[in-house]
Amino acid sequence: MPKGIKDKVVILGMGCSRFGERWDADAEDLMVEAYLEAMGDAGIESSQLDAAWLSTCYEEQHVGKSAIPLSTALRLPNIPVTRVENLCASGSEAFRGAVYAVASGAADIALALGVEKLKDAGYGGLPYRTKGTVNDLYQANISAPGAFAQIASAYGARFGLDRGEIKRAMAHISVKSHDNGSKNPKAHLRNKITEDAVLNAGIVAEPLGLYDCCGVSDGAACAIVTTPEIAKSLGKKDLVAVKALQLSASNGLESQHNSWDGSHFVTTRIAAKRAYDEAGIANPREQLSLIEVHDCFSITELVTMEDLFISAEGEAVKDVLDGFYDSDGKVPCQIDGGLKCFGHPIGASGLRMMYEQYLQMLGRAGDRQRKEPPVLGLTHNLGGHPHSNVCSIAIVGRYGA
Amino acid sequence: MVGIVRFGGYIPRLRLSRRVVVEANAWGNPALKSMGKSERSMCGWDEDAITLGAAAARDCLGDADPAAIRGIYFASTSAPFEDRQSAGVIAEALRAAGPDCAALDVAQSQRAGTSGLIAALSAVAGGAGPIVYVAADRRVAPAASMQELAFGDGAAALLLDAGDGAAKLLGSKSSTVDFVDHYRGENRRFDYGWEERWVRNEGFLKIVPPVVKAVLDEAGVAPSAVTHFCMPCTLRGVAAGVAKQAGIPEAAVQDNLHDGCGDTGTAHALVMLVHALERAKPGDILLVAGFGQGCDALLFQATDKVAEGRSAVGVAGHLARGTVETNYQKFLAFNGMVEMEKSPRSEADRQTKHTAAYRHRDMLLGFVGGRCTSCGTLQIPKSRICVNPNCRAVDSQEDHPFQSYPGRIVTWSADYLTYTPEPPAYYGMVQFAEGGRLMADFTDVDPALMQVGGGVEMVLRVKDRDPNRGFVRYFWKAKPVGDAAAAKA
Repeated sequence: MPKGIKDKVVILGMGCSRFGERWDADAEDLMVEAYLEAMGDAGIESSQLDAAWLSTCYEEQHVGKSAIPLSTALRLPNIPVTRVENLCASGSEAFRGAVYAVASGAADIALALGVEKLKDAGYGGLPYRTKGTVNDLYQANISAPGAFAQIASAYGARFGLDRGEIKRAMAHISVKSHDNGSKNPKAHLRNKITEDAVLNAGIVAEPLGLYDCCGVSDGAACAIVTTPEIAKSLGKKDLVAVKALQLSASNGLESQHNSWDGSHFVTTRIAAKRAYDEAGIANPREQLSLIEVHDCFSITELVTMEDLFISAEGEAVKDVLDGFYDSDGKVPCQIDGGLKCFGHPIGASGLRMMYEQYLQMLGRAGDRQRKEPPVLGLTHNLGGHPHSNVCSIAIVGRYGA
Repeated sequence: MVGIVRFGGYIPRLRLSRRVVVEANAWGNPALKSMGKSERSMCGWDEDAITLGAAAARDCLGDADPAAIRGIYFASTSAPFEDRQSAGVIAEALRAAGPDCAALDVAQSQRAGTSGLIAALSAVAGGAGPIVYVAADRRVAPAASMQELAFGDGAAALLLDAGDGAAKLLGSKSSTVDFVDHYRGENRRFDYGWEERWVRNEGFLKIVPPVVKAVLDEAGVAPSAVTHFCMPCTLRGVAAGVAKQAGIPEAAVQDNLHDGCGDTGTAHALVMLVHALERAKPGDILLVAGFGQGCDALLFQATDKVAEGRSAVGVAGHLARGTVETNYQKFLAFNGMVEMEKSPRSEADRQTKHTAAYRHRDMLLGFVGGRCTSCGTLQIPKSRICVNPNCRAVDSQEDHPFQSYPGRIVTWSADYLTYTPEPPAYYGMVQFAEGGRLMADFTDVDPALMQVGGGVEMVLRVKDRDPNRGFVRYFWKAKPVGDAAAAKA
């Protein structure tokens, strides 16, 4: 087994743009917004950056290909800059690139920035994209909500839950995320909603209603990482360190092999196990104090609680309804509003999750700050569809914890 | 001798209520008021003459070996392509295409269905069999026209071969005369027709009887011996008038299927013939006529194997399983008769890369996947490395057909966001009992059947259309069929 990444790299600074319908901004403006905050937080100059990673997914909707848009927008000093894309998990890939560069010694200080400008598409929801030359010839006419909605059908069948029971648990998740988002000045959606509103909303993809779906947002988020030693030398005292970075990609089993029942995420379970091993976590339900998961749809959040081994199989509905994941619960989930309300600018989302962990651990989360700052936190960033996806799990925590 | 070995048909599931059409249009054409009875068949948005024909051919063939087929003939005046062989697409869908398979499209006249059949039977007599003979039409007519009410969509298919088969050919006869009862000019969408009374009295009633008499004379069959007379014409009195002139018993005149189906164009003579064969007893004499710029007549006799030639569903079976559609607007939308608001998602470029489509034609049109020769795992599409995590053999997969496998639903949703001509888009993970699975689009959905564990069968349909280039893509979709099939899967 590899020794892993634990405590080799710390976060030097982070920034995040306001998310939402940013009619005022190009992708480049959003990048600069997140970058300036992160650089101010880190207290460094761009000449101190050794390498950078840019994550975007729908680049054809905004900046186009390559990492040049980042290098140009930030006027970086001709350092190596790489663009990464792994669907909705792209942001975590930029972070992984920067962290690994520092851990390897190839870079002292590295930057990861994720951005997405989706609201130039001209219509709601995610923009249409080709699935690939051959895939377009036969793959189903599937949208993101329809892909994820299917988890509900299989989960319900597996545990004998009727549509109403699942809808109620999903509604609790969305009401909670709106409550949390209302306290977040950078969030896309800051309105509170009621369970009735969720249950009575129009159907987007059976059984998901409007409020079961996350926002489609513009935004950017940025992390600057370095070694603990350099961070200390720069005067940083409370360090947030990377404990684990894991990624698991589907290999076609879910979509082609009859061993998967469609009710859970194969990759999430694999990545979570590896991440807990890497971070030395034996009991995530007890040891994790904050989680940010990929709540693209309420049903995703629900089943992910089991795939992360925090709720026992079949128990997620109960835990959700008990408030276990509420902002004042045992393990808050989406305390910043999550994808649901903070918003989901695809390439930025993994880094946005990290931003919240960082703020909460340093006690800088404002109105939504947990009383006891979290010690160990997890981010779960999923790209693709339940039957074919990449899952990134990152664990961060106080340095040395 | 040559004959019909097997016979099948296909009538699409939807049946448009003529009443709603008349209610919508009688304000401008009161003559329609008498036409509002019963229903006509109508294609779903993802059906065309090719998919209708493929469905009929599959019904006809059942579990017959497609590799033995030496030719596919296809008759239609509504083929989706001006220049791309429909018979070739159907050959791929039947898994009959290849170096030993001929293909021919017959068109340009309403009697193409019978003319092509005579040609196919001649070819079989010359040693070219077995041939699958298919006729299908999805004709469009202007809103508020008589044709809109008279037409129906449907298809029939016959497996022809040497020997007597289920029904042996006793003879055939054709005449030709340039009688223009209607025509459709180049680049015109609709037919232009002449006065019905002239068409009936100078056309059908003068052109058809001599040919019918001649085929009977030449075969030495007395007109009174005809038990099933298939005269595909929806004009009142024509079939009975021809029968009377020819001396064919009135009781032999077959239902023209106006109720519940409508006139399926080039396919209709064969739809009626198949419908008759499904009820024929050994020894029965079947006479089928085709009209259009002359007349064809074919005479068959049912053999003692006629029951064996019957398909699993057939024309009668499909007629019995329709769903009445009372939304006329949907019919207009499906047929492009009204410009509908479309989601901006519909604007996505759907150019087909024909190099890639050609490489994958077995999978796309034949629904062929793979079977691992190392571990036996089935998968679709196939891949160079086996999907089984305990195998991973390389280049171990042989072609494996999936199209007849019953499946069951593992996951599903009904999606109102994605673009489809008929929201919601139903799709889900379909798992085959023998192994393998596919995230598939659904079609012909009865929402009550959309349940995890519910059964499906696979059907060839239009996947999507490329409005910029006029191309039509076909692929297989899952049709929910309920619990009975699920029990098998």
